[in-house]
Amino acid sequence: MSEIVLDEVTKRFPDGTEAVKKMSLDIPDGDFVILVGPSGCGKSTALRMIAGLEDVTEGELKIGDRVVNDLAPKDRDIAMVFQNYALYPHMTVRENMAFPLKLAHVDGAEIEKKVNEAAKTLDLTEHLDRKPRALSGGQRQRVAMGRAIVRDPQAFLMDEPLSNLDAKLRVQMRTEVARIQARLGTTTVYVTHDQTEAMTLGDWVAVMRAGVVQQVGRPTELYNHPTNLFVAGFIGSPAMNFAPGTLSGSKVKTPFGELPVPDGVKAGAGEGERDVIVGIRPEHFEYAQLVDSEAREHGATFKAKLDLVESLGAEYYTYFHLEGTRVDSEHLSEVAADAGLGEIPSAKAGDVSMVARLDEMSEIEEGQEVELSLDTRRIHMFDPESGDNLAGTPSGDGAGPGAAKAAEKPVGRSSGEAPAEESSS
Amino acid sequence: MRRGIREYSLWAIGELLIVAGALIPVLWIISLSLKTPATVADQSFIPQEWSLENYETLFEGGIDDSPFIKPLINSIGIALITTVISIVLAALAAYAIARLDFPGKTLILAGTLAIAIFPQISTVGPLFDMWRTLGLYDTWPGLIIPYLTFSLPLAIYVLVAFFREIPWDLEQAAEVDGATPFQAFRKVIVPLAAPGVFTAAILVFIFAWNDFLFAISLTSSDASRTVPAALAFFTGESQFTEPTGSTAAAAVIVTIPIIVFVLLFQRQIVSGLTSGAVKE
Repeated sequence: MSEIVLDEVTKRFPDGTEAVKKMSLDIPDGDFVILVGPSGCGKSTALRMIAGLEDVTEGELKIGDRVVNDLAPKDRDIAMVFQNYALYPHMTVRENMAFPLKLAHVDGAEIEKKVNEAAKTLDLTEHLDRKPRALSGGQRQRVAMGRAIVRDPQAFLMDEPLSNLDAKLRVQMRTEVARIQARLGTTTVYVTHDQTEAMTLGDWVAVMRAGVVQQVGRPTELYNHPTNLFVAGFIGSPAMNFAPGTLSGSKVKTPFGELPVPDGVKAGAGEGERDVIVGIRPEHFEYAQLVDSEAREHGATFKAKLDLVESLGAEYYTYFHLEGTRVDSEHLSEVAADAGLGEIPSAKAGDVSMVARLDEMSEIEEGQEVELSLDTRRIHMFDPESGDNLAGTPSGDGAGPGAAKAAEKPVGRSSGEAPAEESSS
Repeated sequence: MRRGIREYSLWAIGELLIVAGALIPVLWIISLSLKTPATVADQSFIPQEWSLENYETLFEGGIDDSPFIKPLINSIGIALITTVISIVLAALAAYAIARLDFPGKTLILAGTLAIAIFPQISTVGPLFDMWRTLGLYDTWPGLIIPYLTFSLPLAIYVLVAFFREIPWDLEQAAEVDGATPFQAFRKVIVPLAAPGVFTAAILVFIFAWNDFLFAISLTSSDASRTVPAALAFFTGESQFTEPTGSTAAAAVIVTIPIIVFVLLFQRQIVSGLTSGAVKE
């Protein structure tokens, strides 16, 4: 167990493309860090550099006290779980799990003991003498985990380990992974493109885009205080709604009407008018009649015709149109493309439907025009050009996009855990 | 249903014809080898008089005088050595070609293909002269070397195809698990490529075993003459009798190792050995 430090690590492929650009990340000993981002953002490359499967072009990579830039994977004392499990098909489950120990010349009795222990933890004991091809997807995944934990390595690296499982199993294994990591306390770097996994699993989450770390923080911090449009659009499901707005003084004109500017933004607002992109999460809309009087103070109401109502039992997802909500921003189009356009309705070209999560008590029907209320304290404002959150980062450490400063302090530690208390619904 | 039966019987007839076409010559040669010299030309498919005389004459006189034992030893030795060297070299080459990006990779592949399609007969003349000068004429290496040149491309092609099927992640997993690149190759890749290795080995062995062209051109005595070449030098009991019976017997005997070889390894040549390694 040890910390992993990336200091301005860059990966440039022979054809000149930079998969990872000056990535700095300080992963504290024993923590669970998630690298998340759309496909092609460099998260897997970053992980493979830590594993030693890709060379580091520039920068310094440390595991524990050692600079490992030039060490072969086998000398780094790390274990990796691959997306496709990468089990050795000609070996039984037992042999698969014993393989790393045998290579390390651990003696037979010890191997036997460790393998049995790991098998017990993972509920694989009765499958020890079977070949991987006789196992189900979930069992194979557990064998892959087992092969990693028998080693008691300095760190676990996981490359989308759950993406090949079906939805139900994925949720189960997610809990399992979290439990094992918590029990062993081994530093873990986990790569995923699934923001739900990122939000639920990690102590810390680093959002990446095009090889650059956008923001590092506690999951709730990313959710409530995204540093830019990209993070705002990527984290959260259903995704944040975006609309154009015009900021003047302490008011912002939006398709929802004129809204007061939230506290955090006021300071940086400056003089005169300027265009902004306003973001609001689906759960910060509410069916106007259900809003109590206290919340009404901060609420702004508007009328919307509901195109579609999905009942999830405990709540409704409703989709509606508003005039002039089309937002064109390169920062969002990438998120939209990755999500298959479905998850970010407001970023869809030509279609600017918004999504709201309404209480189950709402009396709504498809096609109805209803009055909705939005919580003006919870709106986010972004610069349309740079995509930066106009409120800056709440923690006040001023870490901008790329989290370049993260290397100077333990990741996210400096930002404190204040945001967690504001955790939304 | 009726159409099903008709289709089935058509296929069955077709298959029977093909099997008969392939097997009748083999049966014929077996039949010939079991006839006595007197009845060898009687044109009957089933021998009138059964005898093992032909086989006995092949081994008569022990190693020194038998026309067959020395060539048989040469054949086995040369074919096995060729197979082993060829497979080891081809495995290493194919692994590099399948896994690594290095300059000249396509050139190497194109080169091996070019050699594979190169007419062997055009190399025989120059080889004859060169081997005479180098002292390789009528020696084992004198045959093994040309066999290697022509079997390596074949083996490399077969193995590249098999290595490409193996998920690269497995090798990387092995490396992360603490294996050196060579250990990863030996403990993970080679066992998985075993079906490919055996397939290639059989092809190379059969090629070397069956070759007549080089064997007849580059040998002059029992020191290195292989069975296919030696058959051509068989003589009858007298100047005027054809050695039909003994030739047939020798032909039967040289077929046996091939059959044994294939039967031995056919269990290894099963597909699906890699299933379960990764999620497809």
